[in-house]
Amino acid sequence: MESVFYIAGGVAIISTVLAITRLNAVHALLYLIVSLLAVAVVFYTMGAPLVAALEVIIYAGAIMVLFVFVVMMLNLGRRAVESERQLLQGKIWVGPSVLSALLIVEVVYLTARAALPGLPGSGGGVLEPKQVGLALYGPYLIGVELASMLLLGAVVGAYHLGRPKSGKAEVRYDRNSDGSRARSGGSLVRAGVGRTPDAP
Amino acid sequence: MRRNLIFILMSIEIMLNAAGVAFVAAGSRWGQPDGQIMFLFVLAMAASEVAVGLALVLRLYRHHPTLDADAISDMRG
Repeated sequence: MESVFYIAGGVAIISTVLAITRLNAVHALLYLIVSLLAVAVVFYTMGAPLVAALEVIIYAGAIMVLFVFVVMMLNLGRRAVESERQLLQGKIWVGPSVLSALLIVEVVYLTARAALPGLPGSGGGVLEPKQVGLALYGPYLIGVELASMLLLGAVVGAYHLGRPKSGKAEVRYDRNSDGSRARSGGSLVRAGVGRTPDAP
Repeated sequence: MRRNLIFILMSIEIMLNAAGVAFVAAGSRWGQPDGQIMFLFVLAMAASEVAVGLALVLRLYRHHPTLDADAISDMRG
């Protein structure tokens, strides 16, 4: 168990150093994904299986996919075809493949060891997901609510920032609305006479 | 000094992940679930931060077709 921890930690450090020294963003993302998977194995060997699963699912599965999408969206056009042809040559996959092969050997070893009835699964001191959930929805309930509000704000903000540019809609729907409001003298019935017919 | 915006966001992720590793290690040292709970909060914060940050990067890239953080230092409103 100790050696598995140290090997996974070494893989995490090596892949993180390689991730921040690459010049190409896609290469760096590959090494960063390997780094996150290695950290997940480290979490599992430290006795935190819930956090290990969440690291794989959310960090390596959701956040890194977001990064890959944005990197792929940022280089469109003819230059991107060249760079993608360069990416598919196979040479850059060797480093991440070797590191993740080490990780999968460790995962196979850990699951095989946990399936054996005689040995204790992963030593002592494993914090089960049940304990984490009880504490999360007990004393830390206000934190959960705050996190939900933060995520809602992030969703609304990301949608607002990322929508396509359309400054025209407001002008089209509310054309002359200020003028008609002034002319109607506050009458709510006649206030909307200047609106275009396709206004919602 | 590298000033690529994508690398800046990736490095923020690495630093937040390192803080999470420290939390989980401390929590498993004392056998308490509080470290893992702090990691969950860090995870939610990192997810929302990267969503807003990447949306900002896309929006900036639409105005200035560059990813250099210094090239957009002349913004005026």
